[in-house]
Amino acid sequence: MTMAEISAALEPADRAREADQPHSLVVRFGIDKPLRLDAGVDLAPFQIAYQTYGRLNAERSNAVLLCHALTGDQHVFNIHPVTQKPGWWETMVGPGRPIDTERYFVICANVIGGCMGTTGPASTNPETGMPWGLDFPVITVRDMVRAQAMLLDHLGVETLFAVVGGSLGGMQVLQWAVSYPQRVFAALPIAAATRHSAQNIAFHEVGRQAVMADPDWQQGRYFAEGTNPRRGLAVARMGAHITYLSDAALHRKFGRRFQNRDNPTFSFDADFQVESYLRHQGITFVERFDANSYLYLTRAMDYFDIAADFDGVLANAFKDTPTRFCVISFTSDWLFPTSDSRAIVHALNAGRARVSFAEIVTDKGHDAFLLDEPELFAIVRGFLEGAEKARGLELAHR
Amino acid sequence: MLKTLKQDLTMADTARVPGGGTRVDLLLVAEMVERGARVLDVGCGDGELLRLLAEARDVDGRGIELSREGVNEGVAKGLAVIQGDADTDLADYPDDAFDYVILSQTLQATRQPRVVLEHMLRIGRHAIVSFPNFGHWKIRLQVGVGGHMPQTDNLPYSWWDTPNIHFCTIKDFRQLCDVAGASIERAVALNAWGRALRFNAPWWFWNLMGEQAVFLLSRQDGRAS
Repeated sequence: MTMAEISAALEPADRAREADQPHSLVVRFGIDKPLRLDAGVDLAPFQIAYQTYGRLNAERSNAVLLCHALTGDQHVFNIHPVTQKPGWWETMVGPGRPIDTERYFVICANVIGGCMGTTGPASTNPETGMPWGLDFPVITVRDMVRAQAMLLDHLGVETLFAVVGGSLGGMQVLQWAVSYPQRVFAALPIAAATRHSAQNIAFHEVGRQAVMADPDWQQGRYFAEGTNPRRGLAVARMGAHITYLSDAALHRKFGRRFQNRDNPTFSFDADFQVESYLRHQGITFVERFDANSYLYLTRAMDYFDIAADFDGVLANAFKDTPTRFCVISFTSDWLFPTSDSRAIVHALNAGRARVSFAEIVTDKGHDAFLLDEPELFAIVRGFLEGAEKARGLELAHR
Repeated sequence: MLKTLKQDLTMADTARVPGGGTRVDLLLVAEMVERGARVLDVGCGDGELLRLLAEARDVDGRGIELSREGVNEGVAKGLAVIQGDADTDLADYPDDAFDYVILSQTLQATRQPRVVLEHMLRIGRHAIVSFPNFGHWKIRLQVGVGGHMPQTDNLPYSWWDTPNIHFCTIKDFRQLCDVAGASIERAVALNAWGRALRFNAPWWFWNLMGEQAVFLLSRQDGRAS
């Protein structure tokens, strides 16, 4: 597929509708309940789109909050309303799965700044009747977690049995444990870090520049101009997607193989399978994601640095935390490498926290947390079962 | 007391080795730990001792293990285990973080036994160390008469592939305790059949007849209770 065809991809109508009237559960907070943002402004009114799976028990003690990654959303375990594809964590979540919907009440909310129904730059600004665009305040991971806490208050869930997430989701898990330690019994950050590295900020900046260099971006006002920076967002996604994989995984999947041809064309067509694959990743992404939302969420990750809130001493963030942790990393993840997870573990040990840490051998890179990794499933299952015993949860037997 | 624990254990149905028995050194270690204590098990393997301690002694246990397989197995069992190295990672733990720090059959595999022991005494109020006694008569016989590095049921490795790089005898270990500032609260030597040697036997007898030893230690400076 050529870049011209990317421009001719699906109309964003479905996606725009999804931002305000999502195919999800929605809670709307009025002007009396603003979301206090780190940027120093109150966001009100605003809404949170979320999905739940399973049932909350009578003691309200079996709630598990899932935090989604940069390009994820609340559709964990159901057909996605825009792409019509299965949810993003069906391997992990569901009846009999490690995060068992027959035992736990599973909640997943679209993050603040997202574009799947929680208020973000693609949502309608009530003051103008137009999408917020760049008028939307810059948000942080702390803001995301604060919004989720408001959702839980609304649902009547005081404490979470567990908070689980990978990548940006893992950052939210860590922030949950720091912001609301008394509300989190068990925390499971996967392929995460307590701060975004300079290299990762650099990759994000390249992605943002790709979006902003697209003339169709129109200074973020593409919705008003009837355009959509598809090419820019697709390139941003292509670049980012490489960082989610590993050299070994790319080589295993594609090698230097040609795409539907036996010889090079001596042109700039997608001769190689890996090129074709990346273009496909770019095209399918722009169908479901808002370009401005991508700018905001990558920015939130860049700003993430837990130690900075504690005079640079990470251990103080977790001092005497009541939460039990299970930190997981993957050997081939170079975006959030094992050393990042080890830093979390060191801080937790110094803070006397109860922590488990496992590194899983895989060549699938950062994305491994979304994929079929039996060892990951066994560890998540074992950790949650151990936590159940410690909490005295009496749930249905597996 | 050991007998009671064995009964606890049978009821807990845990810590069983493939042969069907329970490792006596683990029972001994477990017996030295107070009920409900906070314990760090350094070199915890697949978490057998931690599970025994949790089920039979109601212990709040953590583990460090070098092998990734051991760690992942332990975590999957619901234990709090991290992948780490006794030689490098103990420095990260704050003083007095635990009631007991246990080094079970691992001392001889560390690069710096003295540093490891000193960290254990700093992190925990007590340290428990169990190790194979290189002064046992069978080993002396193999080296002295056979003229080759010893291989026993407990130490099955050839010299070229053994992870054990710092063997010591019971006598040597007592010397390390002196150097590292550890006072010996209790010591038990086990014979080849896993039975404890008479507690009033002289040290030379333990050093000759004990196949393994278990030491309960605390800091000499009196900071330990």
